[in-house]
Amino acid sequence: MLDWWQTYDTWIVVTGALAAMSCALPGTYLVLRRMSMMGDAISHAVLPGIVIAFLMTKSLDSLPMFLGAIVIGILTALLTQMIRRFGGLDEGASMGVVFTSLFAVGLILIRVAADHVDLDPSCVLYGAIELVPLDVVTAGEGNLEIPRAVLYNGGMLLVNLLFVGLLWKELKISAFDPDLATSQGFSADMMHYALMALVAATTVTAFHAVGSILVIAMLIVPPAAAYLLTDRLGRMVGLSLVIAGSSSFLGHWWAVEGPSWFGFERMETSTSGMIAVATGFLFLTAWMFSPRHGLISRWISSFSLSLRIMRDDVLGTLYRITETGSTASRPVSRAQLRETLPGGPVFGTALWQLRVGGRIDCRDGGFVLTPRGEKSARKLIRSHRLWEGWMVEKMGLRPDHVHSTAERLEHITTLEMRTELERQAGEPEHDPHDRQIPREDE
Amino acid sequence: MVLAEDKLSNARRHRPEYGSDHPPEVPLSIHDMTVAYHRRPVLWDVDLDFPEGQLVSIVGPNGAGKSTLLKAAIGLVPMASGRVTVYGRPFAKQRRLVGYVPQRESVDWDFPVSALDVVLMGRYRRVGWFLPPGRVHRDAALEALNKVGMKDYASRQISQLSGGQQQRVFLARALAQESKIYLMDEPFAGVDAATEKAIVALLHELREKGCTVVVVHHDLQTVKQYFDHVVLLNMRVVATGPTEAVFTEENLKKTYGGRLTLLSEAAHAIATDKHP
Repeated sequence: MLDWWQTYDTWIVVTGALAAMSCALPGTYLVLRRMSMMGDAISHAVLPGIVIAFLMTKSLDSLPMFLGAIVIGILTALLTQMIRRFGGLDEGASMGVVFTSLFAVGLILIRVAADHVDLDPSCVLYGAIELVPLDVVTAGEGNLEIPRAVLYNGGMLLVNLLFVGLLWKELKISAFDPDLATSQGFSADMMHYALMALVAATTVTAFHAVGSILVIAMLIVPPAAAYLLTDRLGRMVGLSLVIAGSSSFLGHWWAVEGPSWFGFERMETSTSGMIAVATGFLFLTAWMFSPRHGLISRWISSFSLSLRIMRDDVLGTLYRITETGSTASRPVSRAQLRETLPGGPVFGTALWQLRVGGRIDCRDGGFVLTPRGEKSARKLIRSHRLWEGWMVEKMGLRPDHVHSTAERLEHITTLEMRTELERQAGEPEHDPHDRQIPREDE
Repeated sequence: MVLAEDKLSNARRHRPEYGSDHPPEVPLSIHDMTVAYHRRPVLWDVDLDFPEGQLVSIVGPNGAGKSTLLKAAIGLVPMASGRVTVYGRPFAKQRRLVGYVPQRESVDWDFPVSALDVVLMGRYRRVGWFLPPGRVHRDAALEALNKVGMKDYASRQISQLSGGQQQRVFLARALAQESKIYLMDEPFAGVDAATEKAIVALLHELREKGCTVVVVHHDLQTVKQYFDHVVLLNMRVVATGPTEAVFTEENLKKTYGGRLTLLSEAAHAIATDKHP
């Protein structure tokens, strides 16, 4: 499957993974503070910082550009706050104003003053991760060549890990409850700007290799997917790192092999683009399998709920049919049950579960309640009829209006509720339709 | 607690920092506080000395500046003028003595932390920068949860708690701060009867320990029952003193009567530049 894989590919994946992971760390806090757009804003707004740094130093050296980007990153956060406070705009709008203006300034600066610099727009959007292994630094005895981008992004990841590790509780408290943080002397404003500086630095570092689209995706998508999967901060950070790292591998693999799966032989597509697709895919998977909000867990829980209701209904129906004298303890056929209950897979599964659980027995081509099943059925019918009585007595409803509501309530009635019903209704013997209310412990 | 008391006696020794205007035996003293949002004043010339070891309620209509008063006192909202002292010294030097309980709606309850994590946040100042909270702090946090009857929920994620339980977690967090002064912003808002009882019991316990508790309160029915001291506030202090003496029909009328008092008209004019 991966027989085309070479060292070259490993370096690409490592670069992508390092960049993605270092983005995911500050990204987690952006997602938690509901300011995901800030990543988008800062990654665009840093452009004038890069250009000004270039104009001042006349070199394409990374360090000045890096510093320029950080300064502009913090400025973006400051300006956003100012416009929000004094202009009375909401955060999203003021962010929009600030980053588009700064981005435009950057473009104008490039046109006017730095036109001779080769700045390819597509390179900015998609990056050039495929070229990463060509720009290497030789280390050790001269036989270990490490791509420059790996060093930069690895360094950035280390800085981010240190930042998040050392300021773990400070970041947590200022994201959750900035007022409490500030009142305790952990200035939430300061943490905010530190985080924004980090976002700017990370963005610029990752930018070079993977392009701006992927940077924005990496800041937000892995943490957002992790957020769906867990409800603890520590696990969320860990998971988003795993998701970020694995999407780099998936992305590169799909970029190389993907086109041939769709019949395009001898064609490769952009690794950066595919990494973004892979994070999207992982997010979708997380969304489907998320234990709380997930699509599948919702299906499962709604299916198991209808199963439970169906089991109750089968027991109730069997009880009702056999409670009157003439048909007592005679087996009830499937067809007879189907007269009042809907069929389908839920019906079949419920019958099977009841038999396995020893609540009903198969006899003479029909079903009868076992003693255990009868006990559950009595509880159910008791709840149902107590509710009916209660609704007629206490709510003043007409006896022919209460059945369907009681039908719903019987499934959720706990022992405490039943005791309370009995207390309020004074232990009645019969329901409003003059049927006997079965006792629980006969 | 030992640490808090150390600071306290410390504060007493450094008596003459602000002169006689800022008596060191007053837990929280607010002098000539004015606060404005977008130039629109919301609090005018507030002078308040909160009595030590009492339960104090701040009562007033919506928009009277009750929450703002608490926030400005601990520097969350800038003051246009005024001075706040905690036992005679500025708040910034006495942070440890003041516990703040914000409104429940002010935070995101979907945040991925457990109830215990939230309570631990009350200990962060004691833990200090960079260090993780150690065993002692975890035990203190668990003890605080226990006091509000929430120990069994320690490892629950906070969105799985009911409104009343969330409020109790907030109170446990305040307890964990082990402060001398507590500022609580509407702790009784939207809680069930059991939680209300638990909060009242907690307030009494704090009072017995000699703490001063300032509570922004909405329910006029229970003021007399719950609080020793009351501040009637409507952009300025209408009346303040022992509940029996101050919480009168006449004072309430002054506080709640007519939204368009002269003062709020003036505030509106300042905000909109309509100088007559």
